[in-house]
Amino acid sequence: MASRVDNLYFFIVAVTAFFAVLVSVLVIFFAAKYHTKDPLAVGQPIHGSIPLELAWSIIPFLISIVIFAWAADVFFDLQRPPDQTIEIYSVAKRWMWKFQHLDGQNEINELHVPVGRAVKVTFTSEDVLHSMFFPSFRVKADAIPGRYSTVWFTATKVGEYHLFCAEYCGTKHSGMIGKVIVMEPAAYQAWLTGGPGAGSLSQRGEELFNDLACNTCHRSDGSGRGPSLVNKFGAPQELANGTSVAVDEAYVRESILTPQVKLVAGYQPLMPTFQGLLSEENVMALVEYVKSLKTATSGVSNVSAAGPGETPPAAVQENR
Amino acid sequence: MASTAARRVTYLNHEHSVASWLLTKDHKRIGLMYLVVVTMAFFVGGLFATVIRLELATPAGDLLSSDDYNKMFTMHGVAMVFFVLIPAVPAILGNFVLPLMLGAKDVAFPKLNLLSWYIFVIGFLFTVYAMVTGGVDTGWTFYTPYSSRASNSNVMMTGLGVFITGFSSILTGLNFVVTIHRMRAPGLTWFRLPLFVWAVYATSLVQILGTPVIAITVLALAIERFLHFGIFDPVLGGDPVLFQHMFWFYSHPAVYIMILPPMGAISEVIACFSRKSIFGYSFVAFSSLAIAIFGFLVWAHHMFVSGISVYSALVFSFLTYAVAVPSAVKTFNWTATMYKGAIWLKAPMIWAIAFLALFLVGGLTGLITAALGVDVHIHDTYFVVAHFHFIMVGGAVMGFFAGLHFWWPKITGRMYSEIWAKVAAIIVLSGFILTFGPQFILGYLGMPRRYHVYPPEFQVLNVLSSAGASILAVGYLFVGIYLTASLFWGEEAGDNPWHSTGLEWTTQSPPLPHNFATQPVVTEEAYEYSRREIKVV
Repeated sequence: MASRVDNLYFFIVAVTAFFAVLVSVLVIFFAAKYHTKDPLAVGQPIHGSIPLELAWSIIPFLISIVIFAWAADVFFDLQRPPDQTIEIYSVAKRWMWKFQHLDGQNEINELHVPVGRAVKVTFTSEDVLHSMFFPSFRVKADAIPGRYSTVWFTATKVGEYHLFCAEYCGTKHSGMIGKVIVMEPAAYQAWLTGGPGAGSLSQRGEELFNDLACNTCHRSDGSGRGPSLVNKFGAPQELANGTSVAVDEAYVRESILTPQVKLVAGYQPLMPTFQGLLSEENVMALVEYVKSLKTATSGVSNVSAAGPGETPPAAVQENR
Repeated sequence: MASTAARRVTYLNHEHSVASWLLTKDHKRIGLMYLVVVTMAFFVGGLFATVIRLELATPAGDLLSSDDYNKMFTMHGVAMVFFVLIPAVPAILGNFVLPLMLGAKDVAFPKLNLLSWYIFVIGFLFTVYAMVTGGVDTGWTFYTPYSSRASNSNVMMTGLGVFITGFSSILTGLNFVVTIHRMRAPGLTWFRLPLFVWAVYATSLVQILGTPVIAITVLALAIERFLHFGIFDPVLGGDPVLFQHMFWFYSHPAVYIMILPPMGAISEVIACFSRKSIFGYSFVAFSSLAIAIFGFLVWAHHMFVSGISVYSALVFSFLTYAVAVPSAVKTFNWTATMYKGAIWLKAPMIWAIAFLALFLVGGLTGLITAALGVDVHIHDTYFVVAHFHFIMVGGAVMGFFAGLHFWWPKITGRMYSEIWAKVAAIIVLSGFILTFGPQFILGYLGMPRRYHVYPPEFQVLNVLSSAGASILAVGYLFVGIYLTASLFWGEEAGDNPWHSTGLEWTTQSPPLPHNFATQPVVTEEAYEYSRREIKVV
């Protein structure tokens, strides 16, 4: 993608440089050629030309359309990650970047990724606005409290690259920097398994799911007071107000923090709000757990224990 | 030479007391009073810029603390945007020459005009008070939730200054619109108006329609900050992106408040010193209105990575390209005006050509920032800093200086040193290019804006930029010195030193207290150099 952005950039630079040179040369040429020291001399009475006006309105407009369309095409691809990506969560806070790998690795102001694989970072902010900016990969998106943003990139060369905060966030804004460490796939695998075995992100999510007693209502067989969450992620969801919504990270997050806003059709507004009770990291663990609740994969991974005195975990993991 | 000037009654010498200035209803004196305050604000803003460029000469933050640096760029932006760029051309040059160009005695509401100045000064004093009692560190953009929740600096005092000043801008716009509609001399039809008047008219519409929105935004920010009523802060149930929509709904059109009047001044200067009618008069006139209208429809191009949808980004990118066309039309028409002209390269024309060069770069790099796929990368980097300085300083300030040099003999009755004025134009032009040219490269290489400390690989370009800034500062000081000197030692200018066709040149320099001895009557189009018998003075 970086080379596509650069190609577009140099194309626009070339087009604009042409017009800059054209106008500059004309201005200098006219100033030299028609220069006079006689203050009483007058110029020729030329008042204008409709064909010329049309030409220099329409031609720049058409060139603009070409730039617009090309740039929009690049933009679409920058905004839409491919299907197969390495997913990473991140939380921005003054003044650091926390990264959470699905396998359980945590990092602060460093992000390890393998070369040649598309990486998608889903992130939010815990306080004010920030902006996740990877100049080498030509991508950037604001971290907005209360929302999820994403950037994606594919690193093509092993090495270390800048990570900057690009949206002003206070005292240490310029210190809110980090680096992306791009590794060979084998080295990346070794790094992934090398850290402390904290358990995967979805395992942590599952623990939270049980500790917070989410599992008492969100039973996998749909018999609970809340909807089953199995196979929900990625599918459209009918809402109580008659509309429907695509179940993505943002919707899951919103449903945890402010459940009544987009209530699922057929259910009562019973769920308590978790706004202010969960850190963004814990919300992300829960989101990742909900994403992992798929028919195809369940039954293999989910055998962990529920909190004491709670409904049997089977309620969550069973297939239907 | 001073003795002959002193015998004529002018707006400057018919009354001398301090009260005769502070209570004046004369648009010319009010224009000069704006000049004094705006020059002070320019000096304050320039001082902050100097400190910023000094700090950035090295990658480490070794001159200031991070908090102080953040205050420097914030206060630089606040002083320059709200107290220099927005009022400079309309309130100084517009006030002075608009009634003269219309053949009128004054603006439509002279008392309101004086009130506008007082409101402006009060707003400025509030802002200065906020600056000296601790400053403000939000960036001139005041983005929430930082400004509403996190910042401990004088956010609301500064906001109050901006809020108050806005009313001055609204009232001035209102005054000018009514003046242009009602006070034109007999025979001065709409299509005989000088293009500066068209530009000020378009600007006034933006001032009237846009400025209330920034007032509403500041008020909403105050409500959230003081009453904790959630408007922008997500913790309180608000939306931080809403603030950006509201802020840019004013602040993007505000860019056109800054650049349209200088464009008008440039039209005057180029026509006069090419001794020709402006090429495509009606296209230049209507392009001002088109820019004013389209300018209201492009605000979200500041927000392509702020969390707006892909489809609204597409719409705003497209509209941004649409607004580029009238600016291109103006540029081509100015160039074509010089074709087969009789080009008299006096100082105002040199400043105007310098304007053209810088505005060209500023405008064309706008095509790069408007390109969605590229803007994702360059947004909030030095590329954007360079781009808007080329427009606002390279365009608006150069245009202001072109206009100031053009009308200075009319305003003061004196000529400045021609050679110094040309030298200063060249110093400012080269200093400017050296300051902001490298910033385009810095930005594309990825250096974010508002960085106190930066990676060492960016140092060479930053040193070049700081070196350029010192040349720029020398250039501006030159202008201040030779213009001030001209007041004391300048030659008498005469009524029409440029042999211009404009109505403002038909009265004496400096003008009579009530502008014209007899009511002028207009019988021809603007800039009719070829049909006019030029009077030798």
